[in-house]
Amino acid sequence: MAGSNNLNITPPRWLLAELTYACPLQCPYCSNPLDYAKYPSELSTDDWKRVLSQARKMGAVQLGFSGGEPLTRQDLPELVKYARKLGYYSNLITSGYGLDEEKIIQLKTAGLDHIQVSIQASSQELNDHLAGTKSFQHKKEVAHLVKNNGYPMVLCVVIHRENIHQMQQILEMAEELGADYLELANTQYYGWAHLNRDLLLPTKEQFLKAEQIAQAFKEKVAGKMKIYYVIPDFYEDRPKACMNGWGTTFLTIAPDGVALPCHSARELPGLDCPNVNDFSIEEIWNESKAFNFFRGVDWMKEPCRSCDEKHKDFGGCRCQAYLLTGDMYNADPVCSKSPDHHVIEEAIQAAKKTTNQAKEAPLVFRNNKASKQFFS
Amino acid sequence: MALDPDLPISFSPMHRLQWEEAQQKDVILYPEGMVELNQSSAEILKQCDGSRNVEQIVTELEKKFATSGLKDDIVGFLQIALQNGWIQQP
Ligand code: SF4
Ligand code: SF4
Repeated sequence: MAGSNNLNITPPRWLLAELTYACPLQCPYCSNPLDYAKYPSELSTDDWKRVLSQARKMGAVQLGFSGGEPLTRQDLPELVKYARKLGYYSNLITSGYGLDEEKIIQLKTAGLDHIQVSIQASSQELNDHLAGTKSFQHKKEVAHLVKNNGYPMVLCVVIHRENIHQMQQILEMAEELGADYLELANTQYYGWAHLNRDLLLPTKEQFLKAEQIAQAFKEKVAGKMKIYYVIPDFYEDRPKACMNGWGTTFLTIAPDGVALPCHSARELPGLDCPNVNDFSIEEIWNESKAFNFFRGVDWMKEPCRSCDEKHKDFGGCRCQAYLLTGDMYNADPVCSKSPDHHVIEEAIQAAKKTTNQAKEAPLVFRNNKASKQFFS
Repeated sequence: MALDPDLPISFSPMHRLQWEEAQQKDVILYPEGMVELNQSSAEILKQCDGSRNVEQIVTELEKKFATSGLKDDIVGFLQIALQNGWIQQP
């Protein structure tokens, strides 16, 4: 494989195992690639075990089982058990669909450390609308069961324009459900969320108000519930340090075995992301073109190249630079120093315009039919 | 939240303390996070097995490392550990 053999490469710490793209839900902000239906093949149980062993040996310790809906994989308990044996701290990232008490106990016995249940909103009507499935009551039940069975309970709510007004109720719901951790993830605009951005991006006023409410609540529940607040970077003037630096910490394996430096890297052109069927994790991490592509700072163009903050944010997100400026080597346009910064302003204005109009453009829900439009 | 000197201290069931071979360090694992521990912090946490109170932990560690005067450091660290939810008391 091409690429540099750099001794400064730090080993992966977090492994995201996207077991499948199959999902009974249809969230319009899903971070799976738009053309996910093009990749129906899935790694076998043995393939996953090999991946887990190899990554663990390098030093990966936090493990997320994700998807799609990972519960659709019948071998999930077997993989959980295997991961536990290797010493991973494992997390099931689930919509809760198909999860009952028997399964919760089975997974606990297998060695699962925690379960992160996502809820779409604080009301049944909105939750079910956003999920494209009747699921609200069941999700709440699952949250209770998770808690009662001794797992740390992590509730995740993706925040966007359709639910941001419910911030107070969402916080109260989390408290009532006894969440130990609440992740309030303002939507990141990749994948399906990018497609639906005009309908999902909140206005600055909405965002500031919601943030204020969340901050106040954070103080109130300090010591009981930890709140992780993922800010929407569209309203910042510096980008986030994406992935803690490319190829430094995070490793994502897609359902078909493609290894990604970030879960949306599949959208970037010319990366030739390697497949675990062809290479070991060590070869992939240390030597592959994809993982070395944006490592360090040598790839940067201006204004990042001569910027004194380049070791802080690494120029921001490559996927966002590509999606919004058409050039993945550019500074993340969220940065106020970026010559393309105006595209962010334009996106905010475009989103604001649809807020003021009666909605005509409907949300595009994530499902196979919609996905098939994105490839031929 | 303050440490009760009389009650035994145990490690939180919501966290995991484990030796990481690749890092040659003990770490605390919890949802979405990991804390790398230095050797003395790790030694203190390993004493938190629900059978000892602060005083007993101090005695145990001073014996183990054949030294004295560790109390302030240990109490200071346990206080932080309690605030972070790494340890608990009944
Ligand atoms: S975001 Fe929604 S549609 Fe996408 S994988 Fe998760 S639950 Fe399924
Ligand atoms: S110019 Fe580039 S490196 Fe500097 S702050 Fe902006 S994105 Fe970060």
